[in-house]
Amino acid sequence: MTTATAQHGEHGFWTTHVFSTDHKTIGKQYLTLGLFWAVVGGLLTYVMRWQLAWPETVVPGWGEIGPETYNALVTMHGTIMVFFVAMPILLGAFGNFLIPLMVGARDMAFPRLNMLSLWVFALASLLLFISFFVPGGAAAAGWTGYPPLSAKAEYTGVNWGMDLWILAHALEFAAFLMGGVNYLTTAIAFRVPGMTFSRLPLVIWQQLTATTLFLLSVGPLIAGAVMLLLDRQIGTHFFTPGGGGDPLLWQHLFWFFGHPEVYVILLPAVGLVLDVLPVFSRKPIFGYRWIIASTIVAGGLSFIVWAHHMFVSGIDPRLAMPFSITTILISVPFAYLMFAMIATLWRGSIRFDTPMLFALGFIAMFIVGGLTGIFNGSAPADIYISDTYFVVAHFHYTLFSSVFFGGLAGFYFWFPKMFGRLMNETLGKLHFWLTIVFFNATFFPMHNIGLAGMMRRIANPLQYDFLVPHQWINVVATIGTMLLLASQIPFVMNVVWSLVAVRPAPKNPWQANTLEWTAPSPPPHLNWGEALPVVYRGPYEYSVPEAPEDWLPQDRVLAARAR
Amino acid sequence: MVDAPRLGMLIFLGSETMLFAGFIAAFLVFRLGAPVWPPPFQPRLPVELTGANTGVLLLSGYTMWRALRAARDEKHAGLTRSLAQTALLGATFLGVQGYEWGRLLAFGLTASSGVYGGTFYTLIGAHAVHVVAALAWLALLLIGTRRGGDAAPAHVGVSLLGMYWYFVVALWPLLYTLVYLA
Ligand SMILES: [Cu+2]
Repeated sequence: MTTATAQHGEHGFWTTHVFSTDHKTIGKQYLTLGLFWAVVGGLLTYVMRWQLAWPETVVPGWGEIGPETYNALVTMHGTIMVFFVAMPILLGAFGNFLIPLMVGARDMAFPRLNMLSLWVFALASLLLFISFFVPGGAAAAGWTGYPPLSAKAEYTGVNWGMDLWILAHALEFAAFLMGGVNYLTTAIAFRVPGMTFSRLPLVIWQQLTATTLFLLSVGPLIAGAVMLLLDRQIGTHFFTPGGGGDPLLWQHLFWFFGHPEVYVILLPAVGLVLDVLPVFSRKPIFGYRWIIASTIVAGGLSFIVWAHHMFVSGIDPRLAMPFSITTILISVPFAYLMFAMIATLWRGSIRFDTPMLFALGFIAMFIVGGLTGIFNGSAPADIYISDTYFVVAHFHYTLFSSVFFGGLAGFYFWFPKMFGRLMNETLGKLHFWLTIVFFNATFFPMHNIGLAGMMRRIANPLQYDFLVPHQWINVVATIGTMLLLASQIPFVMNVVWSLVAVRPAPKNPWQANTLEWTAPSPPPHLNWGEALPVVYRGPYEYSVPEAPEDWLPQDRVLAARAR
Repeated sequence: MVDAPRLGMLIFLGSETMLFAGFIAAFLVFRLGAPVWPPPFQPRLPVELTGANTGVLLLSGYTMWRALRAARDEKHAGLTRSLAQTALLGATFLGVQGYEWGRLLAFGLTASSGVYGGTFYTLIGAHAVHVVAALAWLALLLIGTRRGGDAAPAHVGVSLLGMYWYFVVALWPLLYTLVYLA
């Protein structure tokens, strides 16, 4: 690979740590930006939840909150968590770090395009951050940006903030488009000899499916965003009924992207969990091929379910039935994925290390979210619960479980490879137990108050007489939120402590099979020394009777019939 | 081994296709929902002139094909000539479009005059932006070829530009049929 070495010339401070084309550095930079936004998004939840529990008081450390500010908070919370935390961490960080290492490539197919992707995302982050401080404040039309609310500044009192919101999204989509081109090309064209598609780790399959969904669904939303910007800036009437436009058109364009987008977040998290489970069960994954097939079927179906977000939007009632059917159908492949995860545990010799705890937490919480999804998907039930806290509870059980439990399973698992340090297990376990308890304390009560009729995105539940007797539920959820935020302290301590106190990680601390564990921890520039590994087997051959140990790395040749 | 740059371009063009699918879907929503199209008192689009202009763009697809052949056979002079012809045809297409837009604006068809104007300028404009991008790329490549740099990287560049150009050319007859003829 002399050409590759020549391409990656100098290694000064700036080219190594800031303007780096190395996929590992870019992955860590995505991780850093994602964690920064997680802190911002987390602090917003504190303000929102305080307001909901004690609406007529001043939020300590923030001030008084009117309905306009609350609209901006709820909008930015959703925007930040989906587009600036979940995507940069699950796709940006893990995709960049893992894809080349796990397929046996020295870097991404187009390293400079990869660097451009990161910096465009950084610019998007900057614009979104600035939008908090412009006159009129940040966008306040909901994370879905529905017109006419989003189409005219008079309706929300936000002008600059909304335009910056659209621009930040456009740049973010451009960033992930560039990333996506890299992910697919690298995994298709740069696999090491022996790494066939049927030996590819499942996390890579999930990343590739997620990337494909993103690339095929984002175009219509970009078209919609262009039209929205034109409505706002030059006075077209695509989405404003006054000039002959159609607000529902935006909803169709948004959700045609929006539902696949949910899987763009979910699938990488599922992939992280799928790769953690066999390592800590010391067993092959259950039904490798069926998992891939289910993933692809779910991905395909995700393009024909979008109108389930619009059952109360005034769509043609004849549309509701087919979209209900596809929505309920899509739970079948996910049911299989959950089944395969549980079957992998069955009779395994389970090790309860921190990554495994978070993986198990993902399974448990996601099943709750999946079950409530069936209620939302069936139109008659959804008409009652639509736009209530029941839906808020549902998507936090699915998405929070993906980003948090799935993401942290991956984070604890690959941290030694990323940073070359071992993390503290006691702090990790403490982090898990606190998180799962207070996650449920925060979000489970939302089912109840949603069924009691509390609407999403209201700034003051006490304005509604029928909600006053249920206000205690809001107080419980708020206390849960604060403790959930506090539960992240052991995590921060653990990361800082691990990076400062040097406990070097060995090459393969978890005794795992996939290729990244054959590289040093952390892997050097270009990942492996002179020779790339060669792959001889699938990624999940644990407890194979012929092997000397209970794991059998992908690059190991078994001596013919030894002993 | 799979050719990485071409594969990457193909994936990118897949996303581009979906972008136009979005614009076209929005156009069709309004087109099929309207009782009369064009709406009353709105100018008719110049079908004949644009038909001729379609021919110009298709011809640029042919010259691009010749450029790709010349690049493959490493015929430097032929490559430069074909690329220059392609650029000229692309610029002509844009010029005629600009002239048309000027006339339509003079007749009172603006983007804000209603969804008829709005969809027209957005959909056709989105395509025009792609032609401009392709032309800019072509101009950069042409400057590089004129200077007579390394032949090998230029070849990859030409073949990627060729893919993009084909996409822009192939999209046009569909848009012409939908927006001008149907
Ligand atoms: Cu959905």
